[in-house]
Amino acid sequence: MNELVFFINNVIISGSVTGSIYAIGAIGVTLIFSIMRFAHFAHADMMTFGAFMVLLLTAAFPAAGASLGVPTALLMLPLAMVLTAALAVGIDKAFYKPLRAHGVKPIVLVIGSLGVTLMLQGLIRLFAGTSGQSLYVDDRKEIFRLAVPFESVRAPIVITEPQIYLFILTLVAVVALHLFLSRSRLGKAMRAMSDNPDLAQASGINTQMIVAVTWVIAGGLAAIAGTLLALDVTFKPDLSFFILLPIFAAAIVGGVGHPYGAIAGGFVVGFAETLAVFNWNILLRPFQDSLPAWLELPSNLAFVSSEYKIVVPFFILVAILVWRPTGLFKGKVI
Amino acid sequence: MPLLEARDVHGGYGGMNILNGVNMLLEADQVGVIVGPNGAGKSTMLKAIFGLLHVNQGDILLHGEPIQNLAPNKLVQRGMGFVPQEKNVFPSLSVEENLEMGAFLKPGNVKRMLAKVYEFFPPLTEKRRQPAGELSGGQRQMVAMGRALMAEPTLLLLDEPTAGLSPLYMNEIFDRVREINAAGVGILMVEQNAKQALAIADKGFVLAAGQNRFTDTGEALLADPDVAKSFLGG
Repeated sequence: MNELVFFINNVIISGSVTGSIYAIGAIGVTLIFSIMRFAHFAHADMMTFGAFMVLLLTAAFPAAGASLGVPTALLMLPLAMVLTAALAVGIDKAFYKPLRAHGVKPIVLVIGSLGVTLMLQGLIRLFAGTSGQSLYVDDRKEIFRLAVPFESVRAPIVITEPQIYLFILTLVAVVALHLFLSRSRLGKAMRAMSDNPDLAQASGINTQMIVAVTWVIAGGLAAIAGTLLALDVTFKPDLSFFILLPIFAAAIVGGVGHPYGAIAGGFVVGFAETLAVFNWNILLRPFQDSLPAWLELPSNLAFVSSEYKIVVPFFILVAILVWRPTGLFKGKVI
Repeated sequence: MPLLEARDVHGGYGGMNILNGVNMLLEADQVGVIVGPNGAGKSTMLKAIFGLLHVNQGDILLHGEPIQNLAPNKLVQRGMGFVPQEKNVFPSLSVEENLEMGAFLKPGNVKRMLAKVYEFFPPLTEKRRQPAGELSGGQRQMVAMGRALMAEPTLLLLDEPTAGLSPLYMNEIFDRVREINAAGVGILMVEQNAKQALAIADKGFVLAAGQNRFTDTGEALLADPDVAKSFLGG
Protein backbone atom coordinates (compact mmCIF):
# COMPACT_ATOMS: atom_id res chain seq x y z
CA MET A 1 0.00 0.00 0.00
CA ASN A 2 2.84 2.38 0.71
CA GLU A 3 3.96 1.77 -2.81
CA LEU A 4 0.58 2.80 -4.17
CA VAL A 5 0.69 6.05 -2.21
CA PHE A 6 4.14 6.62 -3.64
CA PHE A 7 2.71 6.05 -7.12
CA ILE A 8 -0.13 8.49 -6.49
CA ASN A 9 2.26 11.16 -5.24
CA ASN A 10 4.85 10.74 -7.95
CA VAL A 11 2.77 9.90 -10.97
CA ILE A 12 -0.89 10.81 -10.57
CA ILE A 13 -0.43 14.16 -8.83
CA SER A 14 2.83 15.10 -10.48
CA GLY A 15 1.58 14.04 -13.93
CA SER A 16 -1.65 16.01 -13.50
CA VAL A 17 0.31 19.10 -12.49
CA THR A 18 2.63 18.90 -15.50
CA GLY A 19 -0.26 17.92 -17.78
CA SER A 20 -2.45 20.83 -16.67
CA ILE A 21 0.29 23.38 -17.31
CA TYR A 22 1.13 21.87 -20.71
CA ALA A 23 -2.56 21.76 -21.58
CA ILE A 24 -3.23 25.42 -20.79
CA GLY A 25 -0.06 26.45 -22.65
CA ALA A 26 -0.91 24.25 -25.63
CA ILE A 27 -4.44 25.67 -25.89
CA GLY A 28 -2.94 29.13 -26.43
CA VAL A 29 -0.46 27.87 -29.01
CA THR A 30 -3.15 25.98 -30.88
CA LEU A 31 -5.63 28.90 -30.86
CA ILE A 32 -2.99 31.25 -32.27
CA PHE A 33 -2.14 28.67 -34.92
CA SER A 34 -5.75 28.10 -35.89
CA ILE A 35 -6.41 31.82 -36.41
CA MET A 36 -3.05 33.13 -37.68
CA ARG A 37 -1.48 29.93 -39.03
CA PHE A 38 1.91 30.26 -37.41
CA ALA A 39 3.75 28.63 -34.53
CA HIS A 40 4.04 31.26 -31.83
CA PHE A 41 7.36 30.59 -30.14
CA ALA A 42 7.07 33.57 -27.81
CA HIS A 43 4.21 31.84 -26.02
CA ALA A 44 6.36 30.50 -23.18
CA ASP A 45 7.74 33.94 -22.44
CA MET A 46 4.25 35.36 -22.41
CA MET A 47 3.64 32.79 -19.66
CA THR A 48 6.72 34.03 -17.82
CA PHE A 49 5.55 37.60 -18.28
CA GLY A 50 2.23 36.71 -16.63
CA ALA A 51 4.02 35.13 -13.68
CA PHE A 52 6.34 38.14 -13.48
CA MET A 53 3.34 40.49 -13.31
CA VAL A 54 1.97 38.38 -10.46
CA LEU A 55 5.35 38.60 -8.73
CA LEU A 56 5.42 42.39 -9.04
CA LEU A 57 1.84 42.79 -7.85
CA THR A 58 2.39 40.38 -4.97
CA ALA A 59 5.50 42.25 -3.92
CA ALA A 60 3.55 45.51 -4.06
CA PHE A 61 0.62 44.25 -1.96
CA PRO A 62 2.06 41.32 0.01
CA ALA A 63 -0.67 41.12 2.61
CA ALA A 64 -3.69 41.42 0.31
CA GLY A 65 -4.51 37.72 0.28
CA ALA A 66 -4.30 37.05 3.99
CA SER A 67 -7.62 38.75 4.76
CA LEU A 68 -9.40 36.52 2.22
CA GLY A 69 -7.50 33.36 3.10
CA VAL A 70 -6.03 32.82 -0.37
CA PRO A 71 -2.43 33.23 -1.51
CA THR A 72 -1.84 36.85 -2.55
CA ALA A 73 -0.39 35.62 -5.85
CA LEU A 74 -3.69 33.99 -6.74
CA LEU A 75 -5.59 37.15 -5.91
CA MET A 76 -3.33 39.08 -8.29
CA LEU A 77 -3.77 36.58 -11.12
CA PRO A 78 -6.82 38.21 -12.77
CA LEU A 79 -5.00 41.53 -12.98
CA ALA A 80 -1.90 39.80 -14.36
CA MET A 81 -4.10 38.10 -16.95
CA VAL A 82 -5.39 41.48 -18.10
CA LEU A 83 -1.85 42.87 -18.30
CA THR A 84 -0.58 39.82 -20.20
CA ALA A 85 -3.54 39.99 -22.60
CA ALA A 86 -2.70 43.67 -23.20
CA LEU A 87 0.93 42.72 -23.81
CA ALA A 88 -0.15 40.03 -26.29
CA VAL A 89 -2.36 42.46 -28.21
CA GLY A 90 0.45 45.04 -28.12
CA ILE A 91 3.05 42.58 -29.41
CA ASP A 92 0.71 41.63 -32.24
CA LYS A 93 0.15 45.29 -33.17
CA ALA A 94 3.86 46.11 -33.03
CA PHE A 95 5.44 43.05 -34.61
CA TYR A 96 3.12 40.48 -36.17
CA LYS A 97 0.46 42.71 -37.70
CA PRO A 98 2.90 44.68 -39.90
CA LEU A 99 4.37 41.37 -41.08
CA ARG A 100 0.91 39.98 -41.87
CA ALA A 101 0.07 43.20 -43.75
CA HIS A 102 3.05 42.49 -45.99
CA GLY A 103 1.61 39.05 -46.68
CA VAL A 104 4.74 37.25 -45.50
CA LYS A 105 5.04 33.47 -45.31
CA PRO A 106 4.24 31.89 -41.91
CA ILE A 107 7.91 31.04 -41.34
CA VAL A 108 8.71 34.77 -41.20
CA LEU A 109 6.19 35.16 -38.38
CA VAL A 110 7.72 32.16 -36.60
CA ILE A 111 11.18 33.73 -36.76
CA GLY A 112 9.64 37.03 -35.68
CA SER A 113 8.19 35.30 -32.63
CA LEU A 114 11.64 33.94 -31.79
CA GLY A 115 12.84 37.54 -31.76
CA VAL A 116 9.96 38.50 -29.47
CA THR A 117 10.83 35.62 -27.14
CA LEU A 118 14.44 36.81 -26.78
CA MET A 119 13.27 40.35 -26.20
CA LEU A 120 10.71 39.41 -23.56
CA GLN A 121 13.13 37.14 -21.76
CA GLY A 122 15.80 39.83 -21.76
CA LEU A 123 13.38 42.41 -20.42
CA ILE A 124 12.17 40.15 -17.64
CA ARG A 125 15.78 39.27 -16.70
CA LEU A 126 16.62 42.94 -16.62
CA PHE A 127 13.97 43.64 -13.99
CA ALA A 128 13.67 40.34 -12.14
CA GLY A 129 17.26 39.13 -12.10
CA THR A 130 18.19 35.56 -12.86
CA SER A 131 17.72 33.87 -9.51
CA GLY A 132 14.59 32.02 -8.42
CA GLN A 133 12.00 33.93 -6.42
CA SER A 134 9.02 32.57 -4.57
CA LEU A 135 5.61 33.93 -5.47
CA TYR A 136 4.79 33.42 -1.80
CA VAL A 137 6.09 36.70 -0.48
CA ASP A 138 4.23 37.22 2.76
CA ASP A 139 2.32 33.95 3.03
CA ARG A 140 3.41 30.36 3.32
CA LYS A 141 2.97 27.54 0.79
CA GLU A 142 0.50 25.22 2.48
CA ILE A 143 1.28 21.50 2.18
CA PHE A 144 -1.49 19.01 2.85
CA ARG A 145 -0.63 15.50 4.02
CA LEU A 146 -3.64 13.27 3.67
CA ALA A 147 -3.30 10.15 5.79
CA VAL A 148 -4.61 7.04 4.08
CA PRO A 149 -6.99 5.13 6.38
CA PHE A 150 -5.19 1.77 6.26
CA GLU A 151 -3.12 0.46 9.12
CA SER A 152 -0.16 -0.70 7.08
CA VAL A 153 0.21 2.66 5.32
CA ARG A 154 2.64 5.05 6.85
CA ALA A 155 3.22 7.50 4.00
CA PRO A 156 0.57 10.17 3.42
CA ILE A 157 -0.67 11.49 0.08
CA VAL A 158 1.06 14.85 -0.30
CA ILE A 159 -0.51 17.68 -2.23
CA THR A 160 0.35 21.36 -2.02
CA GLU A 161 -2.02 24.29 -1.95
CA PRO A 162 -0.97 25.66 -5.37
CA GLN A 163 -1.50 22.22 -6.88
CA ILE A 164 -5.09 22.20 -5.67
CA TYR A 165 -5.62 25.68 -7.14
CA LEU A 166 -3.95 24.46 -10.32
CA PHE A 167 -6.47 21.64 -10.76
CA ILE A 168 -9.41 23.93 -10.01
CA LEU A 169 -8.20 26.69 -12.35
CA THR A 170 -7.44 24.26 -15.17
CA LEU A 171 -10.93 22.85 -14.90
CA VAL A 172 -12.49 26.33 -14.84
CA ALA A 173 -10.37 27.51 -17.79
CA VAL A 174 -11.21 24.46 -19.89
CA VAL A 175 -14.96 24.63 -19.17
CA ALA A 176 -15.01 28.39 -19.78
CA LEU A 177 -13.16 27.97 -23.08
CA HIS A 178 -15.53 25.21 -24.14
CA LEU A 179 -18.59 27.34 -23.40
CA PHE A 180 -17.01 30.32 -25.17
CA LEU A 181 -16.21 28.35 -28.33
CA SER A 182 -19.48 26.43 -28.52
CA ARG A 183 -22.04 28.95 -27.27
CA SER A 184 -20.89 32.53 -27.78
CA ARG A 185 -21.15 34.45 -31.03
CA LEU A 186 -17.48 35.48 -30.91
CA GLY A 187 -16.33 31.95 -30.09
CA LYS A 188 -18.23 30.52 -33.03
CA ALA A 189 -16.81 33.26 -35.25
CA MET A 190 -13.33 32.23 -34.08
CA ARG A 191 -14.00 28.64 -35.11
CA ALA A 192 -15.44 29.87 -38.39
CA MET A 193 -12.33 31.93 -39.11
CA SER A 194 -10.14 28.96 -38.27
CA ASP A 195 -12.16 26.85 -40.74
CA ASN A 196 -12.23 29.30 -43.62
CA PRO A 197 -10.89 32.85 -43.18
CA ASP A 198 -12.07 34.07 -46.60
CA LEU A 199 -15.62 32.94 -46.03
CA ALA A 200 -15.56 34.41 -42.52
CA GLN A 201 -14.73 37.77 -44.05
CA ALA A 202 -17.38 37.33 -46.73
CA SER A 203 -19.89 36.71 -43.94
CA GLY A 204 -19.12 40.11 -42.48
CA ILE A 205 -17.03 38.79 -39.59
CA ASN A 206 -14.46 41.38 -38.59
CA THR A 207 -11.35 39.25 -38.80
CA GLN A 208 -9.14 41.93 -37.22
CA MET A 209 -11.29 41.80 -34.14
CA ILE A 210 -11.15 38.00 -34.02
CA VAL A 211 -7.35 38.22 -34.16
CA ALA A 212 -7.38 40.61 -31.19
CA VAL A 213 -9.77 38.37 -29.24
CA THR A 214 -7.47 35.42 -29.91
CA TRP A 215 -4.52 37.31 -28.44
CA VAL A 216 -6.56 38.32 -25.40
CA ILE A 217 -7.52 34.70 -24.71
CA ALA A 218 -4.03 33.37 -25.43
CA GLY A 219 -2.48 36.06 -23.21
CA GLY A 220 -4.89 35.38 -20.36
CA LEU A 221 -4.32 31.63 -20.53
CA ALA A 222 -0.56 32.15 -20.74
CA ALA A 223 -0.69 34.21 -17.53
CA ILE A 224 -2.61 31.40 -15.80
CA ALA A 225 -0.19 28.69 -16.96
CA GLY A 226 2.92 30.72 -16.12
CA THR A 227 1.67 31.72 -12.68
CA LEU A 228 0.57 28.20 -11.76
CA LEU A 229 3.94 26.86 -12.82
CA ALA A 230 5.78 29.51 -10.83
CA LEU A 231 3.55 28.84 -7.81
CA ASP A 232 4.27 25.13 -7.97
CA VAL A 233 8.04 25.70 -8.02
CA THR A 234 9.55 29.19 -7.95
CA PHE A 235 9.63 32.07 -10.40
CA LYS A 236 12.60 32.20 -12.78
CA PRO A 237 12.98 34.23 -16.00
CA ASP A 238 13.57 31.07 -18.05
CA LEU A 239 11.13 28.82 -16.20
CA SER A 240 8.51 28.63 -18.95
CA PHE A 241 11.02 28.79 -21.77
CA PHE A 242 12.17 25.31 -20.79
CA ILE A 243 8.71 23.89 -21.31
CA LEU A 244 8.14 25.60 -24.67
CA LEU A 245 9.02 22.47 -26.65
CA PRO A 246 6.85 20.07 -24.60
CA ILE A 247 3.98 22.55 -25.02
CA PHE A 248 4.44 22.50 -28.79
CA ALA A 249 4.66 18.71 -28.68
CA ALA A 250 1.38 18.69 -26.74
CA ALA A 251 -0.33 20.96 -29.27
CA ILE A 252 0.84 18.80 -32.18
CA VAL A 253 0.05 15.50 -30.45
CA GLY A 254 -3.49 16.72 -29.85
CA GLY A 255 -3.97 17.91 -33.43
CA VAL A 256 -2.81 21.40 -34.34
CA GLY A 257 -5.57 24.00 -34.30
CA HIS A 258 -7.81 21.83 -32.14
CA PRO A 259 -8.32 23.25 -28.62
CA TYR A 260 -9.73 20.01 -27.14
CA GLY A 261 -6.85 18.15 -28.74
CA ALA A 262 -4.43 20.51 -27.01
CA ILE A 263 -5.92 19.59 -23.64
CA ALA A 264 -5.65 15.88 -24.37
CA GLY A 265 -2.16 16.36 -25.80
CA GLY A 266 -1.06 18.28 -22.70
CA PHE A 267 -2.07 15.45 -20.39
CA VAL A 268 -0.68 12.73 -22.68
CA VAL A 269 2.70 14.45 -22.78
CA GLY A 270 2.62 15.36 -19.07
CA PHE A 271 1.85 11.81 -17.95
CA ALA A 272 4.25 10.28 -20.46
CA GLU A 273 7.05 12.38 -18.99
CA THR A 274 6.19 11.45 -15.42
CA LEU A 275 5.73 7.75 -16.17
CA ALA A 276 8.98 7.62 -18.11
CA VAL A 277 11.10 8.84 -15.23
CA PHE A 278 9.15 6.94 -12.56
CA ASN A 279 11.15 4.23 -10.82
CA TRP A 280 9.04 1.11 -11.35
CA ASN A 281 11.23 -0.81 -8.95
CA ILE A 282 9.18 0.62 -6.11
CA LEU A 283 5.95 -0.88 -7.41
CA LEU A 284 7.56 -4.25 -8.14
CA ARG A 285 9.46 -4.60 -4.89
CA PRO A 286 6.53 -6.16 -2.94
CA PHE A 287 6.44 -8.98 -5.48
CA GLN A 288 10.16 -9.72 -5.16
CA ASP A 289 9.43 -12.89 -3.14
CA SER A 290 7.22 -14.42 -5.79
CA LEU A 291 9.77 -13.76 -8.55
CA PRO A 292 12.27 -16.49 -9.49
CA ALA A 293 15.38 -16.31 -7.41
CA TRP A 294 17.73 -15.66 -10.35
CA LEU A 295 15.81 -12.47 -11.24
CA GLU A 296 17.22 -9.59 -9.26
CA LEU A 297 15.33 -6.32 -9.61
CA PRO A 298 17.68 -3.49 -10.48
CA SER A 299 17.42 -0.61 -8.04
CA ASN A 300 16.46 1.84 -10.76
CA LEU A 301 13.79 0.67 -13.16
CA ALA A 302 12.88 3.99 -14.80
CA PHE A 303 12.48 4.01 -18.59
CA VAL A 304 14.80 6.99 -18.87
CA SER A 305 16.82 8.80 -16.26
CA SER A 306 15.42 12.17 -15.33
CA GLU A 307 18.18 14.07 -17.17
CA TYR A 308 16.66 12.76 -20.39
CA LYS A 309 13.11 13.71 -19.47
CA ILE A 310 13.06 16.36 -22.22
CA VAL A 311 13.25 13.70 -24.97
CA VAL A 312 10.04 12.01 -23.83
CA PRO A 313 7.65 14.56 -25.38
CA PHE A 314 9.41 14.14 -28.70
CA PHE A 315 9.27 10.38 -28.53
CA ILE A 316 5.52 10.62 -27.90
CA LEU A 317 5.24 13.22 -30.67
CA VAL A 318 6.92 11.00 -33.24
CA ALA A 319 5.05 7.89 -32.11
CA ILE A 320 1.65 9.59 -32.34
CA LEU A 321 2.39 11.30 -35.65
CA VAL A 322 3.38 7.95 -37.16
CA TRP A 323 0.18 6.40 -35.89
CA ARG A 324 -2.11 9.39 -36.57
CA PRO A 325 -0.49 12.05 -38.78
CA THR A 326 -3.05 14.72 -37.87
CA GLY A 327 -2.79 14.18 -34.10
CA LEU A 328 -5.18 12.57 -31.63
CA PHE A 329 -8.01 14.84 -32.71
CA LYS A 330 -8.17 15.65 -36.39
CA GLY A 331 -6.01 18.78 -36.58
CA LYS A 332 -4.96 20.92 -39.50
CA VAL A 333 -2.51 19.45 -41.94
CA ILE A 334 0.63 21.54 -41.70
CA MET B 1 -32.73 53.59 -59.05
CA PRO B 2 -30.98 50.44 -60.24
CA LEU B 3 -29.89 47.87 -57.66
CA LEU B 4 -26.50 47.37 -59.21
CA GLU B 5 -24.71 49.29 -61.89
CA ALA B 6 -21.23 48.61 -63.27
CA ARG B 7 -19.68 51.09 -65.65
CA ASP B 8 -16.64 50.22 -67.71
CA VAL B 9 -15.02 48.08 -64.96
CA HIS B 10 -11.35 47.20 -65.40
CA GLY B 11 -9.54 45.05 -62.89
CA GLY B 12 -7.43 42.00 -62.24
CA TYR B 13 -4.72 40.46 -60.14
CA GLY B 14 -1.25 41.96 -59.77
CA GLY B 15 -1.39 44.58 -62.53
CA MET B 16 -2.74 42.18 -65.15
CA ASN B 17 -6.27 43.14 -66.14
CA ILE B 18 -8.76 40.35 -66.57
CA LEU B 19 -11.74 42.67 -66.83
CA ASN B 20 -11.41 45.08 -69.73
CA GLY B 21 -14.51 47.23 -69.49
CA VAL B 22 -17.57 45.38 -68.18
CA ASN B 23 -20.94 47.12 -68.01
CA MET B 24 -23.91 45.87 -66.08
CA LEU B 25 -27.29 47.15 -65.01
CA LEU B 26 -29.56 45.20 -62.71
CA GLU B 27 -32.86 46.46 -61.31
CA ALA B 28 -34.07 45.50 -57.86
CA ASP B 29 -35.86 42.13 -57.80
CA GLN B 30 -34.23 40.99 -61.04
CA VAL B 31 -32.21 37.86 -61.71
CA GLY B 32 -29.03 38.58 -63.65
CA VAL B 33 -26.94 35.78 -65.14
CA ILE B 34 -23.35 36.04 -66.33
CA VAL B 35 -22.36 33.45 -68.92
CA GLY B 36 -19.45 33.05 -71.28
CA PRO B 37 -16.51 30.81 -72.10
CA ASN B 38 -13.81 29.79 -69.62
CA GLY B 39 -11.47 32.62 -68.79
CA ALA B 40 -13.97 35.29 -69.85
CA GLY B 41 -13.80 36.92 -66.43
CA LYS B 42 -17.23 35.84 -65.14
CA SER B 43 -16.21 34.88 -61.61
CA THR B 44 -13.64 37.67 -61.64
CA MET B 45 -16.43 40.18 -62.22
CA LEU B 46 -18.39 38.77 -59.29
CA LYS B 47 -15.30 39.03 -57.07
CA ALA B 48 -14.68 42.58 -58.24
CA ILE B 49 -18.23 43.53 -57.23
CA PHE B 50 -17.72 41.94 -53.81
CA GLY B 51 -14.43 43.77 -53.20
CA LEU B 52 -12.23 40.68 -53.41
CA LEU B 53 -10.37 42.02 -56.41
CA HIS B 54 -8.96 45.44 -57.10
CA VAL B 55 -10.91 47.56 -59.55
CA ASN B 56 -8.41 49.74 -61.44
CA GLN B 57 -10.87 51.75 -63.48
CA GLY B 58 -14.60 52.29 -63.73
CA ASP B 59 -17.42 52.45 -61.18
CA ILE B 60 -19.58 49.96 -59.39
CA LEU B 61 -22.70 51.36 -57.77
CA LEU B 62 -25.03 49.67 -55.30
CA HIS B 63 -28.33 51.53 -54.85
CA GLY B 64 -26.64 54.41 -56.67
CA GLU B 65 -23.70 54.65 -54.27
CA PRO B 66 -20.15 53.86 -55.39
CA ILE B 67 -18.83 50.69 -53.73
CA GLN B 68 -15.81 49.69 -55.77
CA ASN B 69 -12.88 48.46 -53.66
CA LEU B 70 -14.85 48.52 -50.38
CA ALA B 71 -13.96 45.67 -48.01
CA PRO B 72 -16.31 42.64 -48.17
CA ASN B 73 -17.56 43.08 -44.60
CA LYS B 74 -18.58 46.67 -45.43
CA LEU B 75 -20.48 45.37 -48.44
CA VAL B 76 -22.30 42.82 -46.29
CA GLN B 77 -23.39 45.73 -44.11
CA ARG B 78 -24.72 47.48 -47.22
CA GLY B 79 -26.85 44.52 -48.17
CA MET B 80 -24.68 42.36 -50.39
CA GLY B 81 -24.30 38.61 -49.96
CA PHE B 82 -21.74 36.43 -51.70
CA VAL B 83 -21.64 32.66 -52.15
CA PRO B 84 -18.27 31.50 -53.47
CA GLN B 85 -18.10 28.53 -55.81
CA GLU B 86 -15.78 26.47 -53.64
CA LYS B 87 -15.09 26.31 -49.93
CA ASN B 88 -18.39 28.01 -49.28
CA VAL B 89 -19.20 26.48 -45.88
CA PHE B 90 -17.41 26.23 -42.53
CA PRO B 91 -16.86 22.45 -42.52
CA SER B 92 -16.36 21.91 -38.78
CA LEU B 93 -19.27 24.12 -37.74
CA SER B 94 -22.76 22.66 -37.59
CA VAL B 95 -25.32 23.68 -40.21
CA GLU B 96 -27.02 26.00 -37.74
CA GLU B 97 -23.71 27.58 -36.67
CA ASN B 98 -22.88 28.15 -40.35
CA LEU B 99 -26.16 29.99 -40.75
CA GLU B 100 -25.61 32.00 -37.56
CA MET B 101 -22.27 33.20 -38.94
CA GLY B 102 -24.16 34.66 -41.91
CA ALA B 103 -26.02 36.94 -39.50
CA PHE B 104 -22.86 37.87 -37.59
CA LEU B 105 -23.44 41.57 -38.20
CA LYS B 106 -27.12 41.35 -37.31
CA PRO B 107 -27.32 39.10 -34.25
CA GLY B 108 -30.85 40.31 -33.51
CA ASN B 109 -32.00 38.68 -36.75
CA VAL B 110 -30.81 35.16 -36.05
CA LYS B 111 -34.07 33.57 -34.83
CA ARG B 112 -36.31 35.09 -37.47
CA MET B 113 -33.90 34.48 -40.36
CA LEU B 114 -33.15 30.91 -39.28
CA ALA B 115 -36.84 30.11 -39.55
CA LYS B 116 -36.93 31.74 -42.98
CA VAL B 117 -33.86 29.88 -44.28
CA TYR B 118 -35.18 26.53 -43.02
CA GLU B 119 -38.37 27.35 -44.90
CA PHE B 120 -36.42 27.91 -48.13
CA PHE B 121 -34.31 24.80 -47.60
CA PRO B 122 -36.38 22.22 -45.67
CA PRO B 123 -33.70 19.45 -45.93
CA LEU B 124 -31.44 21.54 -43.68
CA THR B 125 -33.85 21.42 -40.75
CA GLU B 126 -33.02 17.87 -39.73
CA LYS B 127 -29.30 18.38 -40.41
CA ARG B 128 -29.02 21.48 -38.24
CA ARG B 129 -26.73 19.82 -35.67
CA GLN B 130 -24.53 18.07 -38.23
CA PRO B 131 -21.14 19.51 -39.25
CA ALA B 132 -21.51 21.13 -42.67
CA GLY B 133 -18.41 19.29 -43.89
CA GLU B 134 -20.32 15.99 -43.71
CA LEU B 135 -23.12 17.08 -46.06
CA SER B 136 -23.55 16.22 -49.73
CA GLY B 137 -22.64 18.77 -52.40
CA GLY B 138 -26.21 19.90 -52.94
CA GLN B 139 -26.93 20.30 -49.24
CA ARG B 140 -23.69 22.19 -48.81
CA GLN B 141 -24.78 24.60 -51.53
CA MET B 142 -28.03 25.11 -49.62
CA VAL B 143 -26.07 25.88 -46.43
CA ALA B 144 -23.89 28.31 -48.38
CA MET B 145 -26.88 30.13 -49.87
CA GLY B 146 -28.66 30.06 -46.52
CA ARG B 147 -25.65 31.58 -44.80
CA ALA B 148 -25.60 34.47 -47.28
CA LEU B 149 -29.37 34.99 -46.87
CA MET B 150 -29.08 35.28 -43.08
CA ALA B 151 -27.85 38.88 -43.39
CA GLU B 152 -31.02 39.78 -45.36
CA PRO B 153 -29.18 40.94 -48.48
CA THR B 154 -30.83 43.00 -51.19
CA LEU B 155 -28.38 41.59 -53.72
CA LEU B 156 -27.12 38.01 -53.65
CA LEU B 157 -24.05 37.06 -55.71
CA LEU B 158 -23.81 33.37 -56.60
CA ASP B 159 -20.67 31.93 -58.19
CA GLU B 160 -21.61 28.81 -60.17
CA PRO B 161 -24.10 27.51 -57.62
CA THR B 162 -24.77 24.31 -59.59
CA ALA B 163 -21.14 23.37 -60.37
CA GLY B 164 -20.60 19.67 -59.78
CA LEU B 165 -24.19 18.94 -58.77
CA SER B 166 -26.36 16.15 -60.16
CA PRO B 167 -29.15 17.30 -62.55
CA LEU B 168 -31.70 16.65 -59.80
CA TYR B 169 -30.00 19.03 -57.38
CA MET B 170 -29.30 21.48 -60.19
CA ASN B 171 -33.02 21.95 -60.84
CA GLU B 172 -33.62 22.20 -57.12
CA ILE B 173 -31.06 25.01 -56.82
CA PHE B 174 -32.50 26.89 -59.82
CA ASP B 175 -35.97 26.60 -58.24
CA ARG B 176 -34.65 27.97 -54.95
CA VAL B 177 -32.93 30.85 -56.73
CA ARG B 178 -36.24 31.78 -58.29
CA GLU B 179 -38.04 31.54 -54.94
CA ILE B 180 -35.43 33.66 -53.18
CA ASN B 181 -35.78 36.22 -55.96
CA ALA B 182 -39.54 36.15 -55.62
CA ALA B 183 -39.06 37.00 -51.94
CA GLY B 184 -37.49 40.29 -53.03
CA VAL B 185 -33.77 39.56 -53.27
CA GLY B 186 -31.90 40.64 -56.40
CA ILE B 187 -29.68 37.87 -57.78
CA LEU B 188 -26.53 38.02 -59.88
CA MET B 189 -25.05 34.66 -60.70
CA VAL B 190 -22.33 33.14 -62.81
CA GLU B 191 -23.39 29.89 -64.48
CA GLN B 192 -21.87 27.21 -66.66
CA ASN B 193 -25.28 25.71 -67.41
CA ALA B 194 -26.03 28.70 -69.57
CA LYS B 195 -29.30 27.59 -71.17
CA GLN B 196 -31.00 26.69 -67.90
CA ALA B 197 -29.70 29.79 -66.20
CA LEU B 198 -30.74 32.17 -68.97
CA ALA B 199 -34.19 30.63 -68.88
CA ILE B 200 -34.74 32.10 -65.42
CA ALA B 201 -32.79 35.32 -66.08
CA ASP B 202 -34.33 38.77 -66.40
CA LYS B 203 -30.94 40.02 -67.55
CA GLY B 204 -28.19 38.06 -69.26
CA PHE B 205 -24.60 39.20 -69.66
CA VAL B 206 -22.47 37.26 -72.12
CA LEU B 207 -18.82 38.02 -71.36
CA ALA B 208 -15.80 37.20 -73.49
CA ALA B 209 -12.22 38.31 -72.91
CA GLY B 210 -13.29 40.52 -70.03
CA GLN B 211 -15.86 42.52 -71.99
CA ASN B 212 -19.59 42.40 -72.65
CA ARG B 213 -20.25 40.55 -75.89
CA PHE B 214 -24.05 40.46 -75.64
CA THR B 215 -26.35 42.03 -73.06
CA ASP B 216 -30.09 41.49 -73.20
CA THR B 217 -32.97 39.78 -71.45
CA GLY B 218 -32.45 36.06 -70.84
CA GLU B 219 -35.19 35.22 -73.27
CA ALA B 220 -33.75 37.36 -76.07
CA LEU B 221 -30.27 35.93 -75.60
CA LEU B 222 -31.61 32.38 -75.80
CA ALA B 223 -33.38 33.27 -79.04
CA ASP B 224 -30.38 35.05 -80.59
CA PRO B 225 -28.74 32.71 -83.14
CA ASP B 226 -25.33 34.41 -82.73
CA VAL B 227 -25.32 33.80 -78.98
CA ALA B 228 -26.54 30.26 -79.47
CA LYS B 229 -23.85 29.49 -82.02
CA SER B 230 -20.88 30.94 -80.13
CA PHE B 231 -21.76 30.41 -76.50
CA LEU B 232 -24.57 27.95 -75.98
CA GLY B 233 -23.23 25.10 -78.06
CA GLY B 234 -25.65 25.56 -81.02
